[in-house]
Amino acid sequence: MAAELKVVRTPAEEALTQRFPALKSALPGDAKVLRLREAAFDLIARRGLPHRRAEEWKYTDLRTLMREAAPFAEKPSSAEVAAAFNGGRAFTEVQALRLTFVNGHLTPELSDPKGCAGVEIVPLGAALASGHPLIQHFGAVETARDNAAYAINTAFMNDGAVIRVSGAVAAPLHLRFLNGGAAPFATATRVLVVVEEGASLTLVESHESSGEAGHQLNDVVEIVAGDRAAIRHVRLNAEGPKALALSTLTAKLGREVAFDTLNVVIGSAVSRHQVFATFAGEHAKLNVNGAAMLRGTQHADTTLVVEHVAPHGQSRELFKTVIDDEAVGVFQGKIIVQPKAQKTDGRMMSAAVLLGEGGTMNNKPELEIFADDVQCAHGATCGQLDEDLLFYLMARGLPRPQAETLLIEAFLGEAIEIVEHEGVREALVAVVSDWLAARH
Amino acid sequence: MLEIKNLTVQIEDRTILDRLNLTVKKGEVAAIMGPNGSGKSTLSYVIAGKADYEVLEGEILLDGENLLEMGPDERAAKGVFLAFQYPLEIPGVGTMTFLKAALNAQRKARGESELTTPDLMRRVNAAAQKLEIPRDMLKRGLNVGFSGGEKKRMEILQMALLEPSFCILDETDSGLDIDALRVVADGVNALRSPDRAFLVITHYQRLLNHIVPDSVHVMAGGRIVRSGGPELALELEANGYADYRQQDAAE
Repeated sequence: MAAELKVVRTPAEEALTQRFPALKSALPGDAKVLRLREAAFDLIARRGLPHRRAEEWKYTDLRTLMREAAPFAEKPSSAEVAAAFNGGRAFTEVQALRLTFVNGHLTPELSDPKGCAGVEIVPLGAALASGHPLIQHFGAVETARDNAAYAINTAFMNDGAVIRVSGAVAAPLHLRFLNGGAAPFATATRVLVVVEEGASLTLVESHESSGEAGHQLNDVVEIVAGDRAAIRHVRLNAEGPKALALSTLTAKLGREVAFDTLNVVIGSAVSRHQVFATFAGEHAKLNVNGAAMLRGTQHADTTLVVEHVAPHGQSRELFKTVIDDEAVGVFQGKIIVQPKAQKTDGRMMSAAVLLGEGGTMNNKPELEIFADDVQCAHGATCGQLDEDLLFYLMARGLPRPQAETLLIEAFLGEAIEIVEHEGVREALVAVVSDWLAARH
Repeated sequence: MLEIKNLTVQIEDRTILDRLNLTVKKGEVAAIMGPNGSGKSTLSYVIAGKADYEVLEGEILLDGENLLEMGPDERAAKGVFLAFQYPLEIPGVGTMTFLKAALNAQRKARGESELTTPDLMRRVNAAAQKLEIPRDMLKRGLNVGFSGGEKKRMEILQMALLEPSFCILDETDSGLDIDALRVVADGVNALRSPDRAFLVITHYQRLLNHIVPDSVHVMAGGRIVRSGGPELALELEANGYADYRQQDAAE
């Protein structure tokens, strides 16, 4: 007699399962897009939310962390738009082309939706409904496709933008996500950026909340870089103290592409930033950096999968995490070198500083190498601030808090200095200073 | 100026300083010489306030105030300066950023106004020129990639800028060639004044040819075992520390 297995669903899983059939006909897109959504939803329906027994979610048990599913945010009213706008502080000093999303919805009155020379912008809804040719690039990075956070976004994506970059664009493109409101909501935004051959772009994302609601945010940015494209990407998570923020960056790199990305985390109760990058063309260079500053009971996860398919790729990953109080940091980094990716050069480093007694850092670097002529290395460190360095600074007259501040700024600065745009870099240095000033 | 009374210090249950007594007067340059392991560097760290040491008894008075009750930063603000034997490299902390932070922290602790950046630049450039420190060194991370001699010159630069009243030079001559030694010694000599005292810790007499001391103390087994004038340094150079090691072993 075969025992019947009954899967126990959490309230969140139950809500997502019921919601999709009800919403799917109203979500933007043609029949082809619907099939994409259904395939993604099927993955969630079958497996449920990922939990700690799934290796890649070992340290961030989403099933436990997300017991209830908040409803998807409605389009904001003009009062909500005004309130959210007043709460936006990140990168306001930087001259940029801006796309503003309030509560996960593209807000034309706070955006430059027409783009500029070399930048063509189509709202996601319009792109999906019209079967825009660029949306074939969704899911360009294979390693992301069966990821739970990415699949939830694919099933429910309801706003965002499809962007084509066809020249050397000088001013940064700023994707500004502002979340307001007192009641928790969910978002599912998707931004696809196709950077054509030889084009270049600085892409800046900021994610901020004006209130303290426990929003459930899920944003995906997909970047497809044509041959010899140059892309510099910066992301700032300054979400509210109760937010649960899932984010995914995918990057498909053509031949001789130069791609830098930095993720800075100060906000969210729980955050997980995922990067899925594929070296599709030869001689591409990728830098993936991160700087996280965590306090209280914050939990911040960074998960990377860097896949070298083409030969002569160079990847550098540098992650810095500062952990105060009882906060928890997670770094999972996997470098995969496929058989044809000879002469790959990959180096990954995660370093954490624990400021208090109660913090935790989980480091899990992995290498999967199927080619024989490669150089790959990884390292992970975790410790306290160096007492000898502190003594040296204090012996010159710096009180201990100031000495600690200097050392922490230097520690994080190594990850942040990759940012070439001076205004953006200075804004991030100020974010670090403000975080440190709030320590004492 | 500085009075050390009956100072006994342990590290991990091992006695390093044993009822040490020493007085350095205002304006005096006192040299401490002694064999390796006699406790010279420990003495410098304990005066500056390093936390690794356990002070079992005794006191260190600077102008009558007990330094042992102060943190290292408070001691610095009171005028104590230690030129490290091995200055540390601090990647990511710019030399100018560090100098400004240190100067202004001490000024703030003394209730003085903070220096402006142009004012700081003028002072740093003037001091750097005297010590033959090239400008590009000031643009790097603190001590990062500096040679041994460059690090020692940077210590003296800091000393010149911070204008301490009590300076400790811990084996400042180690790792210096003869030209670098001259530059460093000239830098120190330029700072000699009736209001400032020096404690020059060295293994060799060589440094004392350039920085001529008023008094010389021999340290062995965690104590001052002999004191005298500059001639004592010459005697040690001729005879070595053998006598004091035997004395050490007999204890």
